Amino acid sequence: MPWSWLLPDGASTFAGRIDFLYYVILVITGIAFVVVEVGLVWFLIKYRARPGRKAEYIHGSTKAEITWTSVTAVTVVVLGLMSGPVWNQIKGRDSVPGDAMPVAIHGQQFEWHVTYPGPDGQLGSADDFDLRNQLHVVVNRPTVATLTAEDVIHSFFVPAWRIKQDAVPGMGIRVWFQPTEVGTYELACAELCGLGHYRMRAQVTVHTQDSYDQWLAEQGQNVALR
Amino acid sequence: MATTAATVGQVGHAGHVDDRSFLRKYIFSTDHKMIGIQFLIMSLIFLGLGGTLAMMMRWQLGFPGQAMPGGTILPETMAPGGILLPEFYISLVTMHGTFMVFFAIMPLLVGVFGNFLIPLKIGAPDMAFPRLNMMSFWVAVPAGLIMLAGFWAEGGHAGAGWTSYAPLSEAPEYSGVSLGQQLWCVSLIVLGLSSMLGAVNYITTVINMRAPGMTWFRLPLSIWALFITAILVLLAIPILAGGVIMLLFDQTIGTHFFKPATGGQALLWQHLFWFFGHPEVYILILPAMGFVSDIIANGSRKPIFGYESMVFAIMGIGFLGWIVWGHHMFQSGMNPTLGQTFMISTLLIAVPSAIKTFNWMGTMWRGSLHFHVPMLHAVAFVAMFVIGGLSGVFMASTPVDIYIHDTYFIVAHIHYVLFGGSLFALFAAITYWYPKMFGRMMNAFWGKVHFWLTFVFYNLTFFPMHQLGLQGHMRRIYDPTQYQFLQPLQPLNQFISIAAFLLFAAQAIFALNFIVSWFTGAKAETNPWRDNALEWTVPSPPPHGNFAVTPTVYRGPYEYSSPEATEDYLPQDQRLPTDRVPAPKPAGD
Repeated sequence: MPWSWLLPDGASTFAGRIDFLYYVILVITGIAFVVVEVGLVWFLIKYRARPGRKAEYIHGSTKAEITWTSVTAVTVVVLGLMSGPVWNQIKGRDSVPGDAMPVAIHGQQFEWHVTYPGPDGQLGSADDFDLRNQLHVVVNRPTVATLTAEDVIHSFFVPAWRIKQDAVPGMGIRVWFQPTEVGTYELACAELCGLGHYRMRAQVTVHTQDSYDQWLAEQGQNVALR
Repeated sequence: MATTAATVGQVGHAGHVDDRSFLRKYIFSTDHKMIGIQFLIMSLIFLGLGGTLAMMMRWQLGFPGQAMPGGTILPETMAPGGILLPEFYISLVTMHGTFMVFFAIMPLLVGVFGNFLIPLKIGAPDMAFPRLNMMSFWVAVPAGLIMLAGFWAEGGHAGAGWTSYAPLSEAPEYSGVSLGQQLWCVSLIVLGLSSMLGAVNYITTVINMRAPGMTWFRLPLSIWALFITAILVLLAIPILAGGVIMLLFDQTIGTHFFKPATGGQALLWQHLFWFFGHPEVYILILPAMGFVSDIIANGSRKPIFGYESMVFAIMGIGFLGWIVWGHHMFQSGMNPTLGQTFMISTLLIAVPSAIKTFNWMGTMWRGSLHFHVPMLHAVAFVAMFVIGGLSGVFMASTPVDIYIHDTYFIVAHIHYVLFGGSLFALFAAITYWYPKMFGRMMNAFWGKVHFWLTFVFYNLTFFPMHQLGLQGHMRRIYDPTQYQFLQPLQPLNQFISIAAFLLFAAQAIFALNFIVSWFTGAKAETNPWRDNALEWTVPSPPPHGNFAVTPTVYRGPYEYSSPEATEDYLPQDQRLPTDRVPAPKPAGD
């Protein structure tokens, strides 16, 4: 639906909250847009120069100034108050659920290296394993990714999950998400990272718990075979 | 009318003998008007170059991997067989932004009109420091040449975006670019010197050289805007220069300010860049707002609505501009608590912006609107700036920004502000002051044709970019078809590209009108727009030294349709029987 003001389908717990705020802002700015543009066009027609009519000699109106200043100020402060808590739930330092499955995602020109915790569910243990350009997660279960970068800044972006977070060399940034739909999605790099930036993509697979366990077991065999 | 005729008689052909040599008059001129014209020609050339780069980008985005028509003239290192290389594409991205921001829009607004308008509009013979002013232009020229030279540098031109985020911008091992990026740094340092020389001049001139009776609250809003802008330039450019020097040192003498591997901070660059960069955004819009205010009052034949609110809104934007830089960095890994603070300060920018918009509408309300070409562009500015302002609310909201950050929604927003806003205001300003600059009128018919084609194709180019962004389309990607979720958007990308080509082609009309009118346009009278400001009391073009007799100012510049006047305008220097002669300025003021 290329010409649409609607957002594409979301597939994470964040999508509903972000999309709601987006539509609230769309309605508010939409009203402001119509009021201003229609008013403008109406003025252009109504007050166009015609013989025998002179412009009125008016310098302003304090009442009007107070009205549009306060209406705008109140509107944006309300928007700020609505946005704040959602931001904290998504990006706040202590927003990560305690039971989130940990993964480590390392950006490197021009690929994503994902380290999985293996069957023990802990990163930094012997059963960890790495995959290139493949992110596998479980539906309806929070996952927390520690983002790092090898060389330059990359940005972890899964449009369907409405999540984006830069991966910065020298920093380990934690970002969490909870997918709500099984399926395959795309992970894109959203920060210009060099000539191959446009092809720094990975596939995201959202499993049910059962199919994830099965996939994990297959990975274990693959690791053992290596 | 009697008094207008008198003023013309007073200064017209005042017997001023201009005995400057050709070199002093046209090349190394200290006359603020000639320096303004020099900046105009230089920055229009860069505007054309920046547009050309954008056309190449649009070709690649609309028709990825296909040979660009005429592309075979580019060397193998850029486009073998006419097919753009990804490394050249990101240089195009970088240089389009760099040219447009630093070498086109900023000098057009500040270099051209700051120079041309300030002395004329405040009743001064020239700038406070004419030689510094000349230096300001002649420092900008080598800066431009150095920036252009990067295209011939081994390894290609800078390719880390106009924002040049470290460490990509400083690491040849990751970017493949070394000399190109260094030339980018050197050019911006040199250009920064030019901007600061200009800013010092504008500030001093406005404070010290106003004509008798030209009180602060009788200044045209264009001068208020240029004055506040000059303060922003003076404070912001040293921060950019500092950051860019650090970046250059990292590349050349082995420092590691921004190199995380050796203890530097990647985010420090972003903080420095945007602490400059956001005031810069307002440097790029405030003068535009000033010009539009002057032109809308003129076209409406009515005093500007809420003059004092307009002045305080300019100051408000100038101040808030310093405390919003973090909104470029919501997703950067900066402490998320800061996101809340920057979100509120950013949203508050909507307040002065709304004040300005409603005051422009208030000015037109019950006016008598004359749609000359500058007025058309000025009204378009208001209509388009509103879209750019409202789309800014989306990314000010931190949660929504998570999704739309670094997508085409941002590209749409910046172009609604910088093209829909600044560039339409510049078309308004150039067509408005052209007769005063060159003594000839631009062709009004072709001016209107250019306006309508630009307005239509501009919107067809940039409006659908909102939709691309809402589908998640990332910025600065060479080939969107790499992603499955972007493939359905390809028809829209092609549509945008074709609209962009037509938008670009329409600019030829402006270029031709500009050049042809210079030689064959109708001779401009002293006051073709029946305006009140002081520049319209001197001949077109004004002589060296501007005013034969220093004007005395009795009122503000927006007294249109005053019941005290017989005409529908009342020049600032026209003395009515009720006006008192202002006391002479005390010495040292």
